[in-house]
Amino acid sequence: MPIDWQPTADIETLRERARLLSEIRAFFAARDVLEVETPILGHGGSTDPHLDSLSLEATTPNGGERLWLQTSPEFHMKRLLAAGSGPIFQLARSFRDGEVGRRHNLEFTMLEWYRPGFALEALIEECEALIRHVLPADPGPLRRRRYRGLFRDVLGLDPFTTPLADLRQRAEQIGGLAMHDADRDGCLDLLMSLAIEPGLGQGGLDVVVDYPASQAALARKRLDAEDGVEVAARFEIYLHGLELANGYDELTDAAEQGERFADDNRQRQALGKPGVDIDRRLIAALEAGIPAGSGVALGVDRLIQLALGKASVAEVMAFAMPCC
Amino acid sequence: MANYSTNEFKGGLKVMLDGDPCNILENEFVKPGKGQAFNRVKLRNLITGRVWERTFKSGESLEGADVMDLDMEYLYTDGDMWHFMKTDGSFEQYAVDKKAIGDTEKWLKEQAVYTVTLWNDNAIAVSPPNFLELEVVETDPGLKGDTAQGGSKPATLSSGAVVRVPLFINQGEVLKVDTRTGEYVSRA
Repeated sequence: MPIDWQPTADIETLRERARLLSEIRAFFAARDVLEVETPILGHGGSTDPHLDSLSLEATTPNGGERLWLQTSPEFHMKRLLAAGSGPIFQLARSFRDGEVGRRHNLEFTMLEWYRPGFALEALIEECEALIRHVLPADPGPLRRRRYRGLFRDVLGLDPFTTPLADLRQRAEQIGGLAMHDADRDGCLDLLMSLAIEPGLGQGGLDVVVDYPASQAALARKRLDAEDGVEVAARFEIYLHGLELANGYDELTDAAEQGERFADDNRQRQALGKPGVDIDRRLIAALEAGIPAGSGVALGVDRLIQLALGKASVAEVMAFAMPCC
Repeated sequence: MANYSTNEFKGGLKVMLDGDPCNILENEFVKPGKGQAFNRVKLRNLITGRVWERTFKSGESLEGADVMDLDMEYLYTDGDMWHFMKTDGSFEQYAVDKKAIGDTEKWLKEQAVYTVTLWNDNAIAVSPPNFLELEVVETDPGLKGDTAQGGSKPATLSSGAVVRVPLFINQGEVLKVDTRTGEYVSRA
């Protein structure tokens, strides 16, 4: 068999990609958001139970030690916020082990930006403006979709109150797999992926808000006035069934952050996954204090894929897995 | 056989599912926001021919299936079984039952070469070549001078298949037929 050395994107696409990246930089320059570069390696990794971090052994002034490849540039950027950077953005290489498919690549480019003083609503608006700035054609109106409302409309069930046994039954029926030992979030994730996501972002941009508090990750939790349940202050933006961006009203409480990291590692252990070193410098930065505000991570490869009308992220990356 | 994890799934991989050998057609990695990852997989059950859509938790694995596609020449039928012979010079023969022959029964022609799918060395499916040349054994008499397009009539071929042919075709003629669509292509 000949060795497959050719790029997965054609050269014309790479020219277009470069042009779109410069559009993104121009967008932030016009809004006085500072471009930063932070290391892709860190002493702490992402503890998120559903992200698999890669790590390596490095020789440093501390001797031989384990360093983690970032799953997003979040931790380092928050340390800059704590140091008084003001609004910042970064186009950052990020790594998530095992994630390869039509819409995933193990190594990919994340556009992440932070807006001290911004409420979630203001960041949603800015995120929408960026997406419109990059896409060549109008994607249609922006529509707000509540997580709970989506499940009610599409599946006729309530993600907060439907008994676990019923959730498992629906997940088994729709996915065709055994879900008898799945937890609530496992069932909701499956139903979201298979039944709801494909219909999102058709004929417009859909912003999903008010996620269950158990899916808060690094977002604040708040009591929802309308429903009286605790929800996560985060949003996701979808276009053509593709999740483009994931934004948080950022958690700034160091103690709660520390607890969530520890809780994540307990969940990882229960799932039989290796523990991940906690980023103590991030906790220290939060203790010193970071300004309240919102931040968002956007999958640039996916946005470029949609802007150029391609079928997969591999077609807009020079050497996508497994051709690297 | 080896086990294959969801991240090794790709088109053409043969795996065991619910006791049947299956051919993976498509594998899509899906992951909502920050949630759990799944693989949405399309597989063809090689016994029934049906296409299944199944979801797996990422990292799950399936046992590989010992499935091979081999070229074999059709020899004869004894009424119960159909007999094929490998074309690799080994003269090794395989008997195929009615279930495995399936729809291919009406496309059998001695000495033609078929693709026989073996699972654990048993034949589970037979597919005909895309084009076959077969003799017309029965059809209404040809209409003299009618070589124009338009009309058609049924014709029974030597293998048993019935195809629509132009009106000018006569009994005893040999035709080229597309076995995938069951359509007449031309006179051979």
